[in-house]
Amino acid sequence: MSIKNKDTILHVQGKSQFIDDQIVPEGTLYAAVVSSSIAHGKILKIDDEEARKINGIVCILTASDVPGQNQIGNIIKDETLLAENDVHYIGQPIAVILATDAFTARKAAKKINIRYEAFPAVFDPREAYKNGSLIAPERTFSCGNIDDAWRKCDVIVEGRVESGGQEHLYLETQGAFAIPMEHGKLKVFSSTQSPTIVQKTIAGILNILMHKIEVDVLRLGGGFGGKEDQATAWACMAALGVWKTGKPVKLVLRRHDDLRMTGKRHPYSSDFKIGLTNDYKIVAYEAMFYQNAGAAADLSTAILERTLFHTTNSYFIPNVKATAASCKTNLPPNTAFRGFGSPQAMFVIESAIHKAAEKMGVDSSIIQHINLLNEGDEFPFGMTYKSKTAHECWDNAQELYHVNEIINEIKVFNEQNSAVKKGMALMPICFGISFTTTFLNQASALVHVYSDGSVGISTAAVEMGQGVNTKIRQTAARVFSIDIERVFIETTNTTRIANTSPTAASSAADLNGNATRIACEQILCRLRTFALEQLKQPDASKIDFRDETIFYNNQPTALTWEILIGQAYINRQNLSAHAHYATPAIFFDRATEKGNAFAYHVCGTAISKVTLDCLRGTYTIDAVKIVHDGGTSINELIDRGQIEGALVQGIGWLTMEEVLYDEAGILLSNTFSAYKIPDIQFTPTDISIHFLESDETNLGVFNSKAIGEPPFMYAIGTYFALINAIKAFNPNVHIKYDAPMTPEKALLSLYSA
Amino acid sequence: MITFILNDQPISTEASPGSVVLDFIRNDAGLKGTKEACREGDCGACTIMVGELIDDDTIEYHSVNSCLLPLGQMNGKHVVTIEGINHAELNPLQQAFVDEGATQCGFCTPGFIMSLTAYFLSSDSINYNDAITAVDGNICRCTGYASIQRAIARVCQLLLKDITGDKLNALISHKIIPTYFKQIPAKLNELNAHNQTDIQPVDISQEIVAGGTDLFVQRPDDLIDKDVRFLSSEPGLTDIWQDDKFCYIGAGVKIETIRNSDIVRKQIPKIDDYFRLFASTPIRNQATLGGNLVNASPIGDTTIFFLALNVRIGIANENEKREFKLKDFYVSYKKLNKKAIDIVEYLKLPLLSSQHKFNFEKVAKRTYLDIASVNSAVSIRADANIIQEVHLSAGGVSPIPLYLAESANYLVGREVNPQTVRGVCRVADAEIAPISDVRGSEIYKRLLLRQLIFAHFINLFPDNVNLESLYRFTENEIH
Repeated sequence: MSIKNKDTILHVQGKSQFIDDQIVPEGTLYAAVVSSSIAHGKILKIDDEEARKINGIVCILTASDVPGQNQIGNIIKDETLLAENDVHYIGQPIAVILATDAFTARKAAKKINIRYEAFPAVFDPREAYKNGSLIAPERTFSCGNIDDAWRKCDVIVEGRVESGGQEHLYLETQGAFAIPMEHGKLKVFSSTQSPTIVQKTIAGILNILMHKIEVDVLRLGGGFGGKEDQATAWACMAALGVWKTGKPVKLVLRRHDDLRMTGKRHPYSSDFKIGLTNDYKIVAYEAMFYQNAGAAADLSTAILERTLFHTTNSYFIPNVKATAASCKTNLPPNTAFRGFGSPQAMFVIESAIHKAAEKMGVDSSIIQHINLLNEGDEFPFGMTYKSKTAHECWDNAQELYHVNEIINEIKVFNEQNSAVKKGMALMPICFGISFTTTFLNQASALVHVYSDGSVGISTAAVEMGQGVNTKIRQTAARVFSIDIERVFIETTNTTRIANTSPTAASSAADLNGNATRIACEQILCRLRTFALEQLKQPDASKIDFRDETIFYNNQPTALTWEILIGQAYINRQNLSAHAHYATPAIFFDRATEKGNAFAYHVCGTAISKVTLDCLRGTYTIDAVKIVHDGGTSINELIDRGQIEGALVQGIGWLTMEEVLYDEAGILLSNTFSAYKIPDIQFTPTDISIHFLESDETNLGVFNSKAIGEPPFMYAIGTYFALINAIKAFNPNVHIKYDAPMTPEKALLSLYSA
Repeated sequence: MITFILNDQPISTEASPGSVVLDFIRNDAGLKGTKEACREGDCGACTIMVGELIDDDTIEYHSVNSCLLPLGQMNGKHVVTIEGINHAELNPLQQAFVDEGATQCGFCTPGFIMSLTAYFLSSDSINYNDAITAVDGNICRCTGYASIQRAIARVCQLLLKDITGDKLNALISHKIIPTYFKQIPAKLNELNAHNQTDIQPVDISQEIVAGGTDLFVQRPDDLIDKDVRFLSSEPGLTDIWQDDKFCYIGAGVKIETIRNSDIVRKQIPKIDDYFRLFASTPIRNQATLGGNLVNASPIGDTTIFFLALNVRIGIANENEKREFKLKDFYVSYKKLNKKAIDIVEYLKLPLLSSQHKFNFEKVAKRTYLDIASVNSAVSIRADANIIQEVHLSAGGVSPIPLYLAESANYLVGREVNPQTVRGVCRVADAEIAPISDVRGSEIYKRLLLRQLIFAHFINLFPDNVNLESLYRFTENEIH
C-alpha cells in the first residue's frame, strides 16, 4: 500500500490552511484591484473622488506609487504591475484600493471611474503576425532537408488546426498576504509556484534587496501552471500596500476577478503539411504555429519553445521544419498550463496523421504505430531517444486492452445503431523532462536531523496537491531507513531555500527529491563514520542502516536511529546538511536550436472510447485505458492520481472547456457557470492504468519518473475518438480540426454536408 | 436577532439577514474549513448542511451552498460545517478519501464530505448511484474524480448493511456524525425561533428573497445592507397538494421537494430524472419554484418544464388574487405580468390522463449542473396517433421562456409521423429568435431545438418516428 499524503488527513477535516484561512493580525488592510475595462487604449483620467469618500478607505495605489521599477515581466521586461499610460487588455490592473475590510475595498473599487481613449485591438494571432506584432522573433526547429523530402512522398496532406484556451480553474483563487517586519523587511505569504520570482519581483518593485523579503508558501489550492508566473502580481500589490501603509495587507481575488484578470492556456492556430510514402512512413512534416500570447510575454516564449520540442510527439520523422511565432494580442497574457505548449503541438501532428490516414484510407493507428520512436532515433532538435518504452507501451496496450476486440465491438455497434455511434482512438505520448531553460534545472534541500531523531526538511518544491512533499518524505525515510513519521516537510520559504526554481515542468520531485537525497546521504555519511567509532569497528563498508537499526556486518547492533542521533549530538556531530542538485548532461544551444535538452522522456499509450448521441450532439467518454511508463514509481497512489487528474483536465480542454471572448475582448466565459469543466458524472466511466514494467534507469529519484504533465496529452485521443464517431454517422463530414469539440461543434458536424 | 445552532454551539447574532452564511461561518465564527471558490453555487467548496425540525424530535438535513444562503433564513435551524462532523479520529468517509487518494490540493474536499454526509443523513437507503448524484454540485480540478468514485464506493459498501431503521444512531455508531446530533432536536425546540406568521403584505421598499440562489449570484454584495423579506418559509407557500382536477405546488416549495414529491411523481413518473438535470442537489435544496418562475430566465429549466404542462399561476396581493396561464406571465425580457406588491402563491397543474405523454429535453455543455443551451418540454394527448392537445415550450431561443403557441396549433389534429414532426420544426424555427452567446451560436440553437423536438417525438412515439426517418427528410437543410 502506498504511503499517504499527510496533508490529506487535514484536507478531509477542513483543517488545512490556505492564504484566505490564515488568521490575520489586528489592523490588517484588505485590497481590491481596479482594472481596465477596455482592450486597448490610453488612460486619460482616473477619477477616484467618489471612492475616497467611502468610510474605511485607507489609500488608493496607482503606478506613481511604485518606488522601484513598475515591472513584473519575468523572461521579458514588458509588463507593468499597475498600468502607467496605456492599457493592453481588459482586466489589466490599474489601481489597488486598500480598506479596513474587503467589502469596503470592493465597494470603493466600483466607484473608481476611468476615462480612456480607445485604440484598435487585435485578438487573432494570425492578424497580429501579419501586423508584425510579435513578443519575440519567431523560431524554427528543423532536421533533414524538408524541400527535398517532399519529392520522396507519395501522399502529401495539408491543413489547419485550431486549439482553444483553457482556464486553470484552480479552486483556490490567486491571493497573497504581506506583513511588515523589522528593518524594513517584509514577510509575504503567497499562493505561488515560484517563491523566488515573487521575492525578486517585489524587490524590483520596492527597490530593495532580495534579503529584505521572505516569501513563504504553505500549500496551494491547485496551480496547474496558473500560479507559476501569475501569482506574482498579487503578492507585489500586497507588498506595495505594506510598503505604503506599514500595515499588513491581504489580497485575495474573487473568482470573477481572477477569471477576468489572469491569463490562460495559449490558444494556437497552426498550419501543417505532412508527407508519407505508400508504406505509411512519415517522410516530411512542416508546421507553423501561431501562438496567441496575449498582451505581454509572461512565459510565452518558453511555452513556444516547448511546442517546438514536441512538434513530432512520439514519432521519428527524418525531415522536419517547425516554426513558431508568439503573437501579441489584446488578451490577458496567456501563461503556463500543464503541458506547457506541448499539448498544442501534439494536437497538430495528430490532426495531420488523422487527415493523412483519412486520405490513405486507413486508421490513424497504422501510421502512428509505424512511425513510433525507436531507440537511437533522433529528435529534430538533435537529441537521441534512448529508450524502448514508446514501443513497449504501445505493444502492451494492444495486448492488455485487446484493442482489436474494441475495434470490432465498435464496428458491430455502429452497424446496429443509427442514432448513437461509438468511436475510438489511440494516443501515444512522448514528453521530455527538464526545464527547457537549462539553468532552472537546479534545486536545493536543507535537512535537519533533530536530537530526538526526527527530521525536518525544506526544499524549493511547492505542494499543491501533486504529492511532491510525500515523495520527498519517502526519499528521506528511504535514505535514512527510518519510519516516515519521523520526517516532516516544512513550508517552502526563501530564507531557508534560496534561488528556488518554480515548481513546474513536472520536475519538482526529480530536482528537489535528488537534492534531498544528496543532503540525507551527506548526513548519513557522517553518521556511518560516527557509528563506526561508537561500535569500535574498523570497516565502514560493513555499516548498514536498516529499519531504524544500525547493522554491522549484517548483524543488528545495540544502536538504534534514536540512540545514534542522541549520541551524535552530544558528540558535536553535524546533523544538518544543505545540498544542491543540478541535472547533469543537459544543454541546449539556441543559436543552432540543437542540444540534449531533456534528462529523459516519459512515454505511454492511451486508448479512448466514446459514445456519441447523434440526435443531441452530446457524448460520454466511456473508457480511457492507459499503459504508462512511470519508471519505478515511488508512490503509485500519487502517480495514479496525477494520471487520472491530468487526463480528465485534458479531456476538459478538448471537449467542454471553451474560453470565449466577445469582439470587444470581454471574457464571456467569466464565471464558474459559464465555463464548464468535467464533473464526476462526465469523467470517463472507466479509467484503466497500467504502469509499464521496465528496468531502464533514469535521472529521477530512485529511477522514478516525472508524472505531472505527460498524462494530460492522453486526452487528445478522446478528441479523435469523437471525430471518428461523428464520421460513423456522417461520412461526408468535412472535418475541421478545431478543439474543443463542444456539443455545439459535434452537433453541427453531425449535420453538416 | 438571528438565532440558530452552529455545529454544537447556540448562536445569536445581529449580523445582517441579507449577508450569506459562508461569510458568517468563516469570518464571524472563525470556522475556516468551509471554502469560498466561486460564490455562485457552481463549485460546492462551501457546501454545508442545514437541518430543520420536521417534528419535535426529528430533523431533516440537506446540503446547501453556503455562499448563496441568506443568514436571515437560518433562524431555528441547525447549521453544520465540516468542523461539526469531525471526531478526534477520521470518520469512515474521511478515511476512505484519504486511503483512495481522493483529495489532492484539498480545497474542494470539505464540500464533498459535507454533500455526502448530508446524503447519508437524508436518504432512506444508501446506494452508490445516489451517492454520486449527491456530489453533483461539487467540482474537483485535481483528481479527475476516479479516486473520489472509489472512496464513495468504499464507504457506501461499508454503510450499506447497517443503515436502516434508526438511521441517526446508526450513523453515530459509524462515527459519520458525532453524538451531539442526538441533542440537537431538543435544543432547537428550546430556541423556539420559529415565529411563523401568515403571509404578510408586501412592502415594496423591501428586497424580496425566496431561495436566493440567483439573487445572491447576480448581486453578491448588494443585499447586506438591505431590508430583506424572506418568502420561502412562509406557511401556505410551502405545500404540495391536489384535488380531483388539479395538483398545486406552493411557490415556496424547494425544487428538490418537487423532485421527491409523490403527488407530482404520479403525474410525471420520470420527474426524478428530469429534475436531476436542474442545477445541483444543494441548489435544488435551496432554490424555490416561485423564485425560479419570477427570475424569468429565458432558459430556466423549471419554467420550461411547467410551461408545457399547461399550468396556471396564482398570484396575490393584499387586495386581490389572480390566476392565469403561466405562459401569460412572461411579457418581455425579465418583465412579468405582475405588480411589485404581488407575490406568487402557487402553480396549478391540470391532472394528466393516461392518454397524456410528457417529455423534457435539455442540452448543455455539461449534462449536470449547467445552464442549458436549449431546453424544451412537451405534453401531448393523442388518440389513435392523431394529436388532440399539445403544449410545447422551449428555452434559450427567445428573450422569455417560450411557449410555442403556433407550433402547438400546427400539431393539433395532425397524425404523428415524420412529416408532421418536420413540419412543426419549421413552424417552431419561425417562432423563435435565438441569439449567439456563451451558451451557443444562433445557428446551433436553431438546429438544437429541431433536434430536441425530434427527440420528443422519438421518445414518445417510437413506433411512428425514428431518427433515420426524420434524417432522410432533413439532410442538406443545414450547412
